[in-house]
Amino acid sequence: MELGTGHHESDASARLGWWLISCLAITVLLTLGSLLIGTSSIETSLGWLLSPDAQSSVVLWQIRLPRSVGAWFAGALLGLAGAIAQGVFRNPLAEPYLLGTASGAALGVTISLIAADASMTGLAWASRLGVTGAAFIGACGATLLTISLSRGVLQTAGLLLAGVVVAFLLGALTQLLLLAKPEIWRSMQTFLFGSTGFISWSSASLLGAVFCLCVVPAILLSRGLDALTLGEDTAQSLGLSLPMLRLTLLGVVSLATATAVGQVGVVGFVGLVAPHLVRETLSVNHRQLLIGAPLCGGALLQAADLASRWVIRPAELPVGAVTACVGGTYLVLLLWRRSRDG
Amino acid sequence: MFRQMEAAPGAPPLRVLGGAAAVVLGLALISGGPAASASGLTLHDDLQREVAFARYPQRIVSLLPSLTETVCALGACDRLVATDRYSNWPAQVTALPKTGGLDDAEVEAIIGLKPDLVLISHSQRITERLSELGVASFALNTESYASIGHTVTTVGEILGLSSRAAVLNRQISAAVDGLSAEALARRHGAGPKVYFEVDHAPYAAGAASFIGELLTRLGARNIVPEDLGPFPKLNPEYVVRENPDVIIVAPADAPHLADRPGWDRIRAVKEQRLCYFSPAARDTIERPGPRVAEGMRALFDCLARVAP
Repeated sequence: MELGTGHHESDASARLGWWLISCLAITVLLTLGSLLIGTSSIETSLGWLLSPDAQSSVVLWQIRLPRSVGAWFAGALLGLAGAIAQGVFRNPLAEPYLLGTASGAALGVTISLIAADASMTGLAWASRLGVTGAAFIGACGATLLTISLSRGVLQTAGLLLAGVVVAFLLGALTQLLLLAKPEIWRSMQTFLFGSTGFISWSSASLLGAVFCLCVVPAILLSRGLDALTLGEDTAQSLGLSLPMLRLTLLGVVSLATATAVGQVGVVGFVGLVAPHLVRETLSVNHRQLLIGAPLCGGALLQAADLASRWVIRPAELPVGAVTACVGGTYLVLLLWRRSRDG
Repeated sequence: MFRQMEAAPGAPPLRVLGGAAAVVLGLALISGGPAASASGLTLHDDLQREVAFARYPQRIVSLLPSLTETVCALGACDRLVATDRYSNWPAQVTALPKTGGLDDAEVEAIIGLKPDLVLISHSQRITERLSELGVASFALNTESYASIGHTVTTVGEILGLSSRAAVLNRQISAAVDGLSAEALARRHGAGPKVYFEVDHAPYAAGAASFIGELLTRLGARNIVPEDLGPFPKLNPEYVVRENPDVIIVAPADAPHLADRPGWDRIRAVKEQRLCYFSPAARDTIERPGPRVAEGMRALFDCLARVAP
């Protein structure tokens, strides 16, 4: 895409305005669509909207709507985390799970499932945490392990390497546990492919609260990310405290990713693709990117959630498989277009 | 001794077969016994392979719990030399060496036990590996109620215990039909709507699954119709809309059903019409094997309690 230097300032802001409006419009449409799409036909759902009874209002307002709203916030968290990660690591392939978050969460879930299944006294705490709590703690633990293995947050290569090592180690541990307890394999698979099926209003509001908590400091620090794109030395010469900047931003990435993984499982590609979607359609600085990527990520996961409920209803596709198909196809197209355009 | 003629290309080399024959012949000489007499049987297994048996197998490895149970129910438990890690009935098989699962079977351990037959289910990889190594295997797919009878008959033929197999089959169908008749006699009007949760994803056991067949025979109406396949991953909303009278669920998940969005309104949850089973009882419900009537009895008792 063109770099925006040729545009006039007013053109660029008008374009951003249109972009934001269309993104929000898509989200509103998807949210409305979520009320109509489920296990019933669209006509039936319309009928429910017009004359609700006790059961249909539960389905519409306690199941479909929170599910869609929660999916949006989870996607937004992943989009935000992806955009920050790509900025901090100055790598367009960086994504929310690169600090080992996903495998840490998976290990946490495995332990909690084993505990729930076996009701072992020593593991009662893990069972009480439930899948969401265990995933969150596992994700945070893995991030801390990665950061301590790379001795801080300053070395980009060290962090990436430590992230890969932690992901493999925890993944292997998970596999070993699964081997000892094959009954939980199906549950694990659900977690590893992501699932939006059981998002309630309480999980949607948790996701929403964490999103607000994450997006504010991220946008406040967006100038720092802009400076980082010029190189770490330049950023430092501009008077930025690199350790503080990186630590805060990676903290935001971890919190956002761990919360999303806890509620919806490991949904792939949203965090990777959302920032690219923004960059492809807008010429942006980090402030705009950090607003745009969550909007894109949210709409993407919301759309994937609708597809997962619709395609083989009343059965369901794993939502992570849908995002991987859509996101993967988009990335291939993007690469193909770039190589064509030279 | 053992010849395995495969429909697929890549028959085992003769030299290996000769080696295996010598080994088994040696064993036959040591053990002697009447059961080592000639069989001269050729059967098609469920992978469409033609398997010839010159003698009745004496050293059997079973890689599936339901096949282990079938061998033992025919009174041939002492011919088992190893089982997969999930086989746990009857108690005496727990003392046998374990050779992994169906998909991660420990080939080296199996070969080391010098079996003259490995009983397996669909699993292309282990079948190919065993036939390359000259070990005879026989595949039986036990996934439905009808397949139990077929498996019992076939294993009986292979082991030279056909008449015992016929008796066992008669016992199984008499017990199952009896339970079925008892359940239908108690039922006035339509049976209860049942949701069987295999896993909290939620995966359900649909009418097309073995579990679903048992429920249908007990007069229950499965909320998951046959066309959704045996174990579909459901949209949880579907269960809320179907509003089942009874939910059969894992004990660990039972207390949390009401926490799922909208599920507190389901009749089975509101009125606590829940069934859950111990792991041992669950085995009998989930394994299409000779203990099918036991599993059906467990389901019958629970349905009679929560949906009289």
